[in-house]
Amino acid sequence: MQNELIDIDEKHKEYTTLNLGPTHPATHGIFQNVLTMDGEIIVNSEQTVGYIHRAFEKIAEHRPFYQVTTLTDRLNYCSSPINNMGWHMTVEKLLGVEIPKRVDYMRVIIMELARISDHIVCNSVIGVDTGALTPFCFIFQDREKIYDIFEQMCGARLTTNIGRIGGLDRDWNEEVYRLLRKFLKEFPVAFRQFTNLLERNRIFLDRITGIGPITAERALNYGFTGPNLRAAGVDYDVRVATPYSSYQDFDFKIPVGTKGDTYDRFMVRQGEIWESLRIIEQALENMPAGKHFAEVPEFYLPPKEEVYHNMEALIWHFKIVMGETDVPKGEVYQSVEGANGELGFYLVSDGGRAAYRLHFRRPCFIYYQAFPEMVKGAVIGDAILTMSSMNVIAGELDG
Amino acid sequence: MSSTIEIVESPAGIEGPGFFATSLDKVIGLARANSLWPLPFATSCCGIEFMGTMASNYDLGRFGAERLSFSPRQADLLMVMGTISKKMGPVLKQVYTQMAEPRWVLAVGACATSGGIFDTYSVLQGIDKVIPVDVYVPGCPPRPEQIIDGLIKIQELVKNERLNRRNSEEYKKLLGSYGIE
Amino acid sequence: MAEITNEYLLQKITNQFGSDILSHEETYGLVSITINKEKNLEFLTWLYNDSELNFQFLTDVCGIHFPDKKDHEIGAIYHLHSLINNVRLRVKCFMPIDNPTIQSVSSLYSSANWQERETFDFYGIIFEGHPNLKRIINVEEMDYFPMRKEYPLEDGTRTDKDDKYFGR
Repeated sequence: MQNELIDIDEKHKEYTTLNLGPTHPATHGIFQNVLTMDGEIIVNSEQTVGYIHRAFEKIAEHRPFYQVTTLTDRLNYCSSPINNMGWHMTVEKLLGVEIPKRVDYMRVIIMELARISDHIVCNSVIGVDTGALTPFCFIFQDREKIYDIFEQMCGARLTTNIGRIGGLDRDWNEEVYRLLRKFLKEFPVAFRQFTNLLERNRIFLDRITGIGPITAERALNYGFTGPNLRAAGVDYDVRVATPYSSYQDFDFKIPVGTKGDTYDRFMVRQGEIWESLRIIEQALENMPAGKHFAEVPEFYLPPKEEVYHNMEALIWHFKIVMGETDVPKGEVYQSVEGANGELGFYLVSDGGRAAYRLHFRRPCFIYYQAFPEMVKGAVIGDAILTMSSMNVIAGELDG
Repeated sequence: MSSTIEIVESPAGIEGPGFFATSLDKVIGLARANSLWPLPFATSCCGIEFMGTMASNYDLGRFGAERLSFSPRQADLLMVMGTISKKMGPVLKQVYTQMAEPRWVLAVGACATSGGIFDTYSVLQGIDKVIPVDVYVPGCPPRPEQIIDGLIKIQELVKNERLNRRNSEEYKKLLGSYGIE
Repeated sequence: MAEITNEYLLQKITNQFGSDILSHEETYGLVSITINKEKNLEFLTWLYNDSELNFQFLTDVCGIHFPDKKDHEIGAIYHLHSLINNVRLRVKCFMPIDNPTIQSVSSLYSSANWQERETFDFYGIIFEGHPNLKRIINVEEMDYFPMRKEYPLEDGTRTDKDDKYFGR
């Protein structure tokens, strides 16, 4: 790497070591990067991770299936409903439960809302890192509305614990539909304004264009998935490649980039927010009638009111909680398109009430290792932008 | 245009023409409490709720804590939000020791308070194992209102603190029990 | 291009690596192959370079521990994905706990680098030929492999827990 300002031969060159993190305002989570610097230019970087390792996989081996959602909630906490749904689908696949169409559609709406809220965090934080705090403050008002919807659906905002094995814990009330329709009407207006603040902002574009690029070949070799892979030009999306939860019913596009730089990653996420809105619209319009859970009393926890007043429900409740319903032996791999990539669940069941082994394929753990290659030769400000545009979530990364 | 901005009440004292007498503790406490510079030590989920707290809907700036200080040297209040693992413990302690006195600590969320649901080999079972904590905020994660409530509780503590508390033997003993000089 | 079915995939693999395939099964639509652990790199390289199969995407690497399986206690599990054909494949290798060594595939896939380090960290599998095999998630001073079944989940330093309230 040649420093253009100082002309000095390799033998006399001295490098500076700079510690970026673990607590740094711009790392958005706890990561440490030990950078070797030649002046302002990054020559090499070494990452340390694991600062919030919480042993999800070990805990999952000690918890019954229905209690694992508290863990999946806290994986990628910007979009925890997607993780929950992914986990429910994994168990349903293992158990061979047939899910009603209505549940599929409800889940799609929940997942796409979560995707929007995740992408908003990522894109507005790219803005914050370039010094544009206004879009962040502006769009977070509307992000709160997604939380309002979640709160109405399940009672929680961030770590929602939403859904159950076999369906959803309760049907949506009228207020949910009202809020959803209101959201679909108001959010595009606000998001258009957010777009105008950034997408055609000369300073912002100058800061992000060409920063931290990666080619499609390298991205694939590094196991990139999600928006980061699509920014490099590969149109791989789990929702299309192996449709789950009736995604094949919806008409949506996969935005792709060309260079895999920060601009492309930003724009792919922007595009995906619009597509998510379209999916929600379609799902809401064509919402099938029916029950909000599958008819599988041996796995679906009955409503609490029935447990108190109905003998049969009480028995099922007892059996599920005490782990007396038979679970098939076997191993399942199920993946969903999480907000930052393919979130996979590899579940090995030995027939017991807890998983014998549960492995989460955590997308950002896998793609974060490409960071040194992407920032080599860049200046430090660009490294920060590359990192925030990769959407690395510490909770998911450290497992 | 009517203004909804309120000014804090002055402490009790003796007032007369051209003078106002009260104890120094109260004046300093009042000033400190309403201009806290928090250092957000956000590690996980609670950090996202903190983003919500800082953003326009809840707006922590209304309580005089607008200015986040990412440098521990200039911070008054350490807000620990999220799981602290055993690997992170020493880092947290170092950040705390770098802060100048007087300093307060707010533990936000179940993980920072007690380890929360993560009773595992890798997670520190509450940050009070490594640094002293002033206010605990329960919840997994707490709502922004709760975080604000925690901040108000800290403000109460700040307001009513004796000026010589930080020099007292009792306080030194407290820090000593954590191995902090 | 004709669609690659699981039967065809299995047939093709058995033709090439017949004697090294220890067992195979198809669960939930995914072919799962247990292969001689000496051959893992050769097998994955062949899958990678085969012009028809094109298994060029490594989805996942993880470990597993079966304390009761004599000499096959520790396993390394690879999930592969052929993005062109949209076919997935699971490859397993088992090794004895006294000598859990296997060849690293990080030369083939850059993504394997950290995943193998994580598997080493959790299960103590030694990936031969890995450029930088050291702990990644846990602290380097840790002297055991926490995901192995014999180690407890819970934190030993808790003083506020009374076992009698937990029925043990």
